[in-house]
Amino acid sequence: MRKYYDTIDRIAGNVVTVRAEDVAYDHLATITSTRGDSLAQVIRLEESQVSLQVFAGSQGVSNNDRVRFLHKPMQVPFSENLLGRVFDGSLQPRDGRGPVNGEPLDIGSPVVNPVRRRMPDQMVETGIPMIDIFNSLVESQKLPIFSVAGEPYNELLARVGLQANADIIILGGMGLRHDDYLKFRHAFEEGGVLGRAIMFVHTAADPVVECLLVPDLCLAVGEKFALQGKRVLVLLTDMTAFSDALKEIAIIMEQIPSNRGYPGDLYTQLARRYEKAVDFDEAGSMTVLACVTMPGDDVTHPVPDNTGYITEGQFYLRNGRIEPFGSLSRLKQQVNGKTRDDHRAIMDSCIQLYALCRESREKRDMGFEMSDWDRKLLRFGTMFEDRIMDLSLNLPLFDALDRCWKMLAECFEPAETGIRRAIIEKHWPQSLV
Amino acid sequence: MKGKIVAVDGSLVVAEMDGRIVQNSVGYCVRSDGTRLLSEVIRVRGQRADLQVFEETRGLRVKDPVEFDEHMLSVVLGPGLLGQIYDGLQNPLPQLASQIGYFLQPGVYINGLATDQSWDFTPTAKTGDTVAAGDTLGTVPEGIFEHRIMAPFTATGNFRIEKLAGEGSYTLDEEIAELVGEDGSTLKVTMQQNWPVKVPLSVARQRLMPVDPLVTRVRIVDSMFPIVRGGTYCIPGPFGAGKTVLQQITAKHAEIDIVVIAACGERAGEVVETLRDFPELIDPRTGRSLMERTIIICNTSAMPVAAREASVYTGATLAEYYRQMGLHVLLLADSTSRWAQAMREISGRLEEIPGEEAFPAYLESRIAAFYERAGAVELRDGRVGTLTIGGTVSPAGGNFEEPVTQGTLKVVGAFLGLSRARSDARRYPSIDPLDSWSKYGGIIETEKMVRVRRLLSHGNNVRQMMTVVGEEGTSLDDFTVALKADFFDNVYLQQNAFDKVDAATTAERQKFVFDKVLEVIDLQLEATEKTKVRQAIVVATDLFRNWNYAASDSDEYKGWLEKIDQFIASKGRT
Repeated sequence: MRKYYDTIDRIAGNVVTVRAEDVAYDHLATITSTRGDSLAQVIRLEESQVSLQVFAGSQGVSNNDRVRFLHKPMQVPFSENLLGRVFDGSLQPRDGRGPVNGEPLDIGSPVVNPVRRRMPDQMVETGIPMIDIFNSLVESQKLPIFSVAGEPYNELLARVGLQANADIIILGGMGLRHDDYLKFRHAFEEGGVLGRAIMFVHTAADPVVECLLVPDLCLAVGEKFALQGKRVLVLLTDMTAFSDALKEIAIIMEQIPSNRGYPGDLYTQLARRYEKAVDFDEAGSMTVLACVTMPGDDVTHPVPDNTGYITEGQFYLRNGRIEPFGSLSRLKQQVNGKTRDDHRAIMDSCIQLYALCRESREKRDMGFEMSDWDRKLLRFGTMFEDRIMDLSLNLPLFDALDRCWKMLAECFEPAETGIRRAIIEKHWPQSLV
Repeated sequence: MKGKIVAVDGSLVVAEMDGRIVQNSVGYCVRSDGTRLLSEVIRVRGQRADLQVFEETRGLRVKDPVEFDEHMLSVVLGPGLLGQIYDGLQNPLPQLASQIGYFLQPGVYINGLATDQSWDFTPTAKTGDTVAAGDTLGTVPEGIFEHRIMAPFTATGNFRIEKLAGEGSYTLDEEIAELVGEDGSTLKVTMQQNWPVKVPLSVARQRLMPVDPLVTRVRIVDSMFPIVRGGTYCIPGPFGAGKTVLQQITAKHAEIDIVVIAACGERAGEVVETLRDFPELIDPRTGRSLMERTIIICNTSAMPVAAREASVYTGATLAEYYRQMGLHVLLLADSTSRWAQAMREISGRLEEIPGEEAFPAYLESRIAAFYERAGAVELRDGRVGTLTIGGTVSPAGGNFEEPVTQGTLKVVGAFLGLSRARSDARRYPSIDPLDSWSKYGGIIETEKMVRVRRLLSHGNNVRQMMTVVGEEGTSLDDFTVALKADFFDNVYLQQNAFDKVDAATTAERQKFVFDKVLEVIDLQLEATEKTKVRQAIVVATDLFRNWNYAASDSDEYKGWLEKIDQFIASKGRT
């Protein structure tokens, strides 16, 4: 039976209101217009009026186009064949290959029962010393990269994708520039990880509604792999574009805006996605690393602000580097105590010395005289920036720690580092002393 | 009453009802696959009821049936609440996990108390006695407490005990008493009863002035901004300032009988930490697991928003129930901003005229009504029970000039404001010693407290001046004041939550250390030059820090104390 409805009462923005019966909230429909078929999702029911957000946008939709209801929520076909594939926000293949068949999986699944979560205790090694040593990424962590337009946040995400020790990598692109998408794809192909990666990409040129589904698609697939015991890493960029899409739909639906035009449920909407990050008791895990661009570099903007309250820390990416101050992984204490006995000592000492170096730089810039100690700090600071803060590094954790020791030994006397005697005796590079 | 759905918009459903509609009554929206979704009436317009649904509304259709009775959203009260982990609607999460696995499926509800478990009842009243609502009929042991079985709180007037069960083991469904009212009506009593969460539960002779300090063992709170049993306080702070850590250490160390933690719209990971930690931790005062005095209400940020709104009320009701037994209860709500946001979301769906930042106009009165559920009460038998409420606030952008923070400040007795500057400088707990305040009296004499506050504010002024004129341009007196203020901050206000000893300081030790710190502050260091002043303060800071890490009355403790006394004596001579 192919029952359809063709009394469209209202077309506004990307929302179309049609008169229909027996329609379930949140389920899907297809709308056939001169531009072809598009998926649409029910976002409000009011007596016989059904409001649909149209994935392909409402351009070209007429008031007597046909709407057919599919009587199911948005689903993604789940199978191993998803690996290596690229899709857009309405699940159309973007790589010129055919569709994937598999077990249909509802997106936006129920919440994980907190008593079935484990305490996270496994580190995700990324090969980037600024992350591994100073703010370790932990399995099941949700962590945003706060950045501004123009910073290499997508490059950073791609590097993490390439270097992290995860079984499956899922990239969700929202509002990506087309060349950024190609860069990601190229990087994954070059790096040989495409075979265990899945990409859901919405580019800036695509209809805005498709952007809304990207995180849900990524997380639904990731969650299923995690339940099968896989360690999944989900990379989302850019969550600000996602929030802006939410704002657009909310305003068309005449919802009362709360802060700078964003809907009152922004926190809930973001939390529902980020909270999918999980370490299952007796199964795998899903880690979420997301980019949030801060409009005007303002951390109090509603998107980074709400994000900060949800996530377990944040990385600040400024001037092409991960800021050592302000960046925080709330879960690092769970893992960095059992990597190597000098991990925490190196972490604390290098950051303290680098902070002192910045003070010395300020003094120098203000024209004060430099003491020997200042000069040592300055030397260390430059070395630290070149050898450790560089984001293009790919160093195993232990090598990175050894590199820190070498730097410390080149610049300081053991006692000046503030590291405990026992650790110094064990790790101080002998050849240089 | 029955009805049919006419509209669905997010968590809000409009239904056309037959007959009577009771505001705030609960019932179910029935999905076409038979799943029943718990809902509450939140507005009535003619025969139309606006319902907030406590689950995801996916799959509901126009014309789907709704079924309501006249009960308001209630929780079940009785022995067995302690140690439980509930969601916002009092479904026990561990039982849900064993029944339906990893996920919380909509429409699955489990009674808050196990009805098949037996409890050893000992009657304390006699047949023929006259009792009224809240009077004790008997007791059952629940962990370390004597759980009182009380006459139903809903009963009005006096009753004669017609029948009362003897000593023995009963389940929660078994009748343990029969009461006869003055009008001859009979009331059958079991060990469990229901109470609507949004109605304060307080059967008492009178409300008392809260005056007993509640020792949290956090020095800056107890000594500088004290809270009292039966009082209220709030902890606003930007993200990353340590609100949750502060709540967690309070839950662990506070000198109180029962702690109810309402994790409202916060990270699941933090709740998991509490879930895994608490059963392992031993309460030093009772020698039993901390979980035995704790109830956790857990509605994480990803759970449906209407249930989040209910969760703080669920927590408050369970806390009030234990207060009725003459116990001291602490309710920690983390975070009340999420609760307020839930109200905002629902209000937005109702298309109510928005107030500031789109929060509903009734925001402040709801906040006030919630905190007013705290209090010290004299019960009908003369015992005193208290309920203290501490709520965290997560202001947007860390700016306290927003409606939730301001609405809360008007009604609480103490304000512990967390500052980003302090947390960035790793000065924990990051409670701002200059902005925070408390209207209560604590364990330190007011006169000493005022002196220290003056020192801190003076020190702060000098510090600000020093950034302009440099150390050279600061007078020796001012310089010394700044260093002494820093000293007090470093050795007394800051506390290491992750150190076994330093994490919790008893009231007695706080008083002793406070006096010692004052002795150092009173030293006449001004007589010497700046470097010497700095040296002396560095030495003192080091001594006190090590002293803080030494367990009370250990040899180490005595050793450091001796060194401190020597230090004070040596400086006193110059």
